[in-house]
Amino acid sequence: MGRDRVIQIGFVGVASSSILVVGLIFLFLFKEAAPFAKHPGLAALLDNQWIPVSFQKERFGILPLAAGTVLVTSIAMLVSVPLSALAAVYIAEVAQPLEREILKPFIEILASIPSVVLGFFGLVVLAPLIKQFFGLNTGLNALTGGLLLALMAIPTIVSVSEDAINSVPATYRNGSMALGASRMQTIWRVVVPAALPGILGAVMLGTGRVIGETMAVLMVTGNAALITANPLSPVRTMTASIAAEMGEVPFGSIHYQALFWVGIVLLLITFGLNFVARRISVRYGMMR
Amino acid sequence: MNRQLRENIAILLLRFTTYAIVGVVGYILLDIIRHGLPVINWAFLSEMPRRGGSEGGILPAIVGTLYLTLGTVAIALPVGIGTAIYLSEYAAPGRLTETIRLAITTLAGVPSIVFGLFGLGLFVLFCQFGPSLLAGSLTLACMVLPTIIVTSEESLRAVPQAFRQASLALGATKWEAIRTAVLPYSVSGIITGAILGIGRAAGETAPILLTVAAFFLPKLPGSIFDQVMALPYHLYILATQHPDTDKVLPLQYGTAFVLLAMVLGLSLGAILIRVHFRRKYKW
Repeated sequence: MGRDRVIQIGFVGVASSSILVVGLIFLFLFKEAAPFAKHPGLAALLDNQWIPVSFQKERFGILPLAAGTVLVTSIAMLVSVPLSALAAVYIAEVAQPLEREILKPFIEILASIPSVVLGFFGLVVLAPLIKQFFGLNTGLNALTGGLLLALMAIPTIVSVSEDAINSVPATYRNGSMALGASRMQTIWRVVVPAALPGILGAVMLGTGRVIGETMAVLMVTGNAALITANPLSPVRTMTASIAAEMGEVPFGSIHYQALFWVGIVLLLITFGLNFVARRISVRYGMMR
Repeated sequence: MNRQLRENIAILLLRFTTYAIVGVVGYILLDIIRHGLPVINWAFLSEMPRRGGSEGGILPAIVGTLYLTLGTVAIALPVGIGTAIYLSEYAAPGRLTETIRLAITTLAGVPSIVFGLFGLGLFVLFCQFGPSLLAGSLTLACMVLPTIIVTSEESLRAVPQAFRQASLALGATKWEAIRTAVLPYSVSGIITGAILGIGRAAGETAPILLTVAAFFLPKLPGSIFDQVMALPYHLYILATQHPDTDKVLPLQYGTAFVLLAMVLGLSLGAILIRVHFRRKYKW
């Protein structure tokens, strides 16, 4: 019995390593970022300009970067949510069994295409199209980034929403049909409302993925730290700033610390989104 | 408009949307294959890059990515399987289990660039590994851990309770029952998880940007403390940082093709293994 007990304690230790890693992530992000709070102080992060390298005065306002992330994410969700919801309904409710077996994995391929490959595709195919269509000087802007990110959100939202729609009990459909409702009335007024919490969770997971995406936006958004709502303007997101600037900063400098603060803000946002999405899925029994 | 017609139009709209998405996925794959495949030949795969990547092959990037993914799996697999065994076989509902699960979902949602910052702070600077294979593999291992845990746990849970009960009834201890009556039947799921983890590690750029990747390094790594080139980073450099990006477009497509083939090949392998074992074991 003694040996079994030792083994069990060993497994508890191994399993706790996930908690350890999460703890270490928070610890080391704050450790590297901390000196910034003393000098120049956290208020500097609320500046409305991000000019990390300057001969006069460096400015480290996260707002323009956050604005870039919000704009690109909004475009991505505006495009991907309706498309994904319709596709999920089609796959779950309309498609033939064989068709479903092929469609779902095929759309999920999108999720396994590396983001740098999608970014490359955006750079050489999508950006020139956008440039030509709107008659711009460059196709590298928030719209191109948003469309590319929509492609990354679609497989997540389709897959998780389809699971949610599938888990609506068949009795709901039968009851609705028996009362004389048509197929579409059943889908839109009975099945989809019942699956709504799951679909909402799917959208949140997709949003989390889009906010955290780095390479594709770095390659196609034009990287200008502007506060703008114009989708045809170049923007710079939080993730892209870290990736683009971290390689060139002296370790330990104020700029370096500011980039770690950007990382902390990103971590907290995605942590919040995932936490809520998880609460929803546990509450409504959508957890697979 | 009569009701039947409206129904049909609605269905048509749903079908059109779905197949439009499928069309876009197909177009992306086709574009990379169409322009990438003609570039691939033995020299491209087996030669060192020359003149800052403008000429020659991509051998060090392929080898670098291979080493990185192997290192990642060697670190993440034991921890991932251990966690999965704990969660499926030992864990009682309670605060510890709930915290572990929350930690796993949190890890799954951490943006890849934040893993990069974390790896830079902990492995590169604090542990003083420097930018190296070791630091990069450790960083990627933290990132793929949730994938491996979730798929392994699912496959452990799929083994019927009767297997465990029969084994325990014959006098096996709990660990013996797990080792002889549960683990062998969940190997397929564990391999699937490992392959999916490899695929994800192979394709990621952001975490290795700060922890391991070298801009241009035409030699093969000699130790785990060496920097390496990697396929995704090489593609990023060729596409955005190269002084003459148009001229090296074929090389970009070639690199993208090799990376895509590697990642999709791994996913396909995972699916085939799952199908094979699902046929082999039926209960």
